[in-house]
Amino acid sequence: MGHFFAIRLGRAALTIVLVVTFAFVVLRLSGDPALMILGPEAPPEVLAAFRKAWSLDDPIWAQYFDYFGAIAKGELGRSMRDGRPAIELVLERIPATLALTLPAFFFKVALGIPAGIYAALHRGSGIDRAVMMTAVAGFTVPSFVLALVLVLVFAVQLGWLPSGGQESWRHAILPIATLGLGGAAVLARFTRSAMLEVLGQPYIRTASAKGVSWRQVVTSHALPNAAIPTVTILGFMVGTLIAGAVVVESVFAWPGVGRLLVVAVANRDLAVVQCILLLVAMTMVTSNLVVDFLYGFLDPRLRAKGAHA
Amino acid sequence: MSAPFVQVSAISRSYAMRSGMFGRSTVVHAVDGVSLSIPKGETLGLVGESGSGKSTTGRIVLGFEPSDSGEVRFDGKPMAPLGTAAWRAQRARMQMIFQDPLGALDRRLPVAAQIREPLDIHDLGMPAEREDRVRELLRAVELTPAHGARYPGALSGGQRQRIVLARALATKPDFLVCDEPVSALDVSIQAQVVNLLADLQAELSLTLLFISHDLRVVRQISNVVAVMYLGRIVEIGSADDLFARPEHPYTQALVSASPAPGRRSAGRIVLAGDPPNPAARPQGCTFHPRCPRAIARCASEVPALSSIGGNRQVACHLVTGAETRDAA
Amino acid sequence: MAPLVSIRNLRVTFNGVQVLRGVDVSLQKGEALGLVGESGSGKSVTWLAALGLLPRHAKVSGSVLLDDREILGAPAADLDHVRGGRVAMIFQDPASALNPVLTIRRQLCEALALHRDLSGDAVKAEARRLLDLVGIPDAGRRLSAYPHEFSGGQVQRIMIAMALAGNPDLLVADEPTTALDATIQAQILELLSSVRREMGMAMVLISHDLGVVAENCDRVAVMYAGRIVEEAPSNQLFADPVHPYAQGLIGALPPLDGARRRLTAIPGTVPDPARMPEGCAFAPRCTLASEACGLVAPSLAPIAHDRNVACIRAEASRRALLGIAAE
Repeated sequence: MGHFFAIRLGRAALTIVLVVTFAFVVLRLSGDPALMILGPEAPPEVLAAFRKAWSLDDPIWAQYFDYFGAIAKGELGRSMRDGRPAIELVLERIPATLALTLPAFFFKVALGIPAGIYAALHRGSGIDRAVMMTAVAGFTVPSFVLALVLVLVFAVQLGWLPSGGQESWRHAILPIATLGLGGAAVLARFTRSAMLEVLGQPYIRTASAKGVSWRQVVTSHALPNAAIPTVTILGFMVGTLIAGAVVVESVFAWPGVGRLLVVAVANRDLAVVQCILLLVAMTMVTSNLVVDFLYGFLDPRLRAKGAHA
Repeated sequence: MSAPFVQVSAISRSYAMRSGMFGRSTVVHAVDGVSLSIPKGETLGLVGESGSGKSTTGRIVLGFEPSDSGEVRFDGKPMAPLGTAAWRAQRARMQMIFQDPLGALDRRLPVAAQIREPLDIHDLGMPAEREDRVRELLRAVELTPAHGARYPGALSGGQRQRIVLARALATKPDFLVCDEPVSALDVSIQAQVVNLLADLQAELSLTLLFISHDLRVVRQISNVVAVMYLGRIVEIGSADDLFARPEHPYTQALVSASPAPGRRSAGRIVLAGDPPNPAARPQGCTFHPRCPRAIARCASEVPALSSIGGNRQVACHLVTGAETRDAA
Repeated sequence: MAPLVSIRNLRVTFNGVQVLRGVDVSLQKGEALGLVGESGSGKSVTWLAALGLLPRHAKVSGSVLLDDREILGAPAADLDHVRGGRVAMIFQDPASALNPVLTIRRQLCEALALHRDLSGDAVKAEARRLLDLVGIPDAGRRLSAYPHEFSGGQVQRIMIAMALAGNPDLLVADEPTTALDATIQAQILELLSSVRREMGMAMVLISHDLGVVAENCDRVAVMYAGRIVEEAPSNQLFADPVHPYAQGLIGALPPLDGARRRLTAIPGTVPDPARMPEGCAFAPRCTLASEACGLVAPSLAPIAHDRNVACIRAEASRRALLGIAAE
């Protein structure tokens, strides 16, 4: 079993290294940070000093190794804009983002999973069709469109809710709804198909044939099996808690990590962008790890594979 | 007796298999020293349970899978190296038919186009003649051009297997390997396909290697039958004789396990134990842990396949023990 | 004696397509009945419908009496008592017949808790006894294993143990050995017949394999296109089939001994249930069909004591049979 964990941890570390490397390469190749930050009119000696201060004149591989060396020591660099540690800038934005993504996550789970299960159990019924149509709509409409529609209806037309900003809890309602509705749709679709797949399995018929009541068949035979694929999509949703709200934060002028990322990319603020990417990669990888272990917990077939190691 | 058309000499195939995702790898002996010979126009039946290596043997004979040792000779010549022009020419003369015709056909193409495909690939006949050839092949498998225009999904299981057969016959092969060709079909349809195969064999003097777990079907179509167990041939002999008087305890159990109308299960030999696992092959005679008659020698010494008269060969110490001692 | 189960005019329709077109069959206590027929003939659907195990969109009509009580359309709670408690069922595919995420103990004890007045340690002891009974070695330890840790033959044994948990009066075995190797099939059939003898249980053995049914059943019913076409004691059916389809099936089976003969294949294919021919469903494939066969579907009628055939030629056959008997 230890081997199973070690391999997965190793793979997770490798993923993080690759993500950071990718971000490093793409950002360095896409333009000169000195010019981006100081502007094309900046005097050459100022540009040179800036480049020297940020080691931008070093060979790219040296910058790369320096960067990893610094990360290993826990130094994630300073913002090229205001000189503050990048990690500080990012961390202070996280609560704002979580204030949107966490309630949205619970909203998705509380709405999407029951809707999916209900639709599967009443396949072909009016409610199933309604759930599926809503889910397809929620699935295909981009979040900025949904955000704008919500703003138009609830802020502009009805005037019930503010259209942007972060002054009170009322400001959070529309962004949370935008995030939650799309996610719930995805989750409902996923849960429904996982559930239908399981309900068609011979062991469900076996359970019915031995006299288990339908309610029991659903709760103790179908749900534990349908949970296995559903956990995958849940894990993915947990992975997007930090940076999954880029679009929504921008639309609603919500000062979270997503907006920081947009601004930092526009400014070529390498340290901040890399710091956010690192954080995102780590949450993604961590949630994937958790999903892997949950699989082992939910599915004895996978557990057995680990045990052989 | 003339030289056999297909001569398989001591072919073996083993591969490493890992148990679990990170388990230690074990060597699986899928096929171990199998020799067979099939005279032109005859059928050799290969029977055995899952894990016996019968399908792997079929694939090695056709060159789909390499053999670790031994050789396969076809029409007196050794098989050309895989992928060469000579190999392609040889391969056009031998074809394979599988159990699942739907899996072997492309669902998005009318079946006539799929029968035609090998003609285009091997550039056989003038393009204008190929349409006629497709019609002729459809007729040969007792279907009409109307069937040819359909997609595989619109045909029944038996009709699909006929299409697969027609496609296999397109290159005018001399040799067919049939791996469980009728196992997925219902009895009445199975009989249609078996009869058709027998007719085509007589008409085109095809040589067949017929692989199946179904003793009845194998007996129906084969001249000689070989019984495999865990990668080795344990008994081989002419079909009627082998099933009437099986000598090897495994063959006896197989024949006895085959249910027959009009016979109640009294006196049936029921073997204990699980089906054989090629990844954990017992020492000595691989059948000894399940053999009701095993003796000490069976656990340590692999019995050789030896002739016991007629054209019967058996690999069992209990059957051949006396003879081999005499010969020594 | 009143039959244990009596099915009358059972009809099943899926999305407007009738797949079961009036099945009549009954079964005495302790009897072994074989149900043969090709895929799509309705042999599994008959029993799934009788036990209310078909998907909701299936329309079922007719009557299924269990000890003279109607169970078709009975309330769910009554059906849950019948299923597993009076009538148990096992299925073809051992790989997916057991719930992969639950231990064998959970699945066995679930059945015991539902149908037996046992509690606590008694349940566990009984679960162990059942596993022993069906020949799972080291039963005590194996109870905590999951289905994937067993071979196909062992899973089928566990399915049988689960079926026995409720002490049923009838076991419906739907192609129980089709997915298994020949030597394992022999083991399972042997086990089925020994538990049946011990428990005095009736059995319906559904199979496409005539040999399996012939050897293990007292009586055999042959199904074709959603109907029973012939019903007879098994030795009589195989020695002397009357319905042309039954004759065809037996003729299509290659012999395992004696002289080889050309197989008598039945021409054509099973009719599409959505486009069922008028009259006798077998007529288009029947070499003996006359014009009358295409007019009206023959009903299952007795031709001799305990023999029923659905064929308009049966009357002639009956005369022939009686003629032979008179000699």
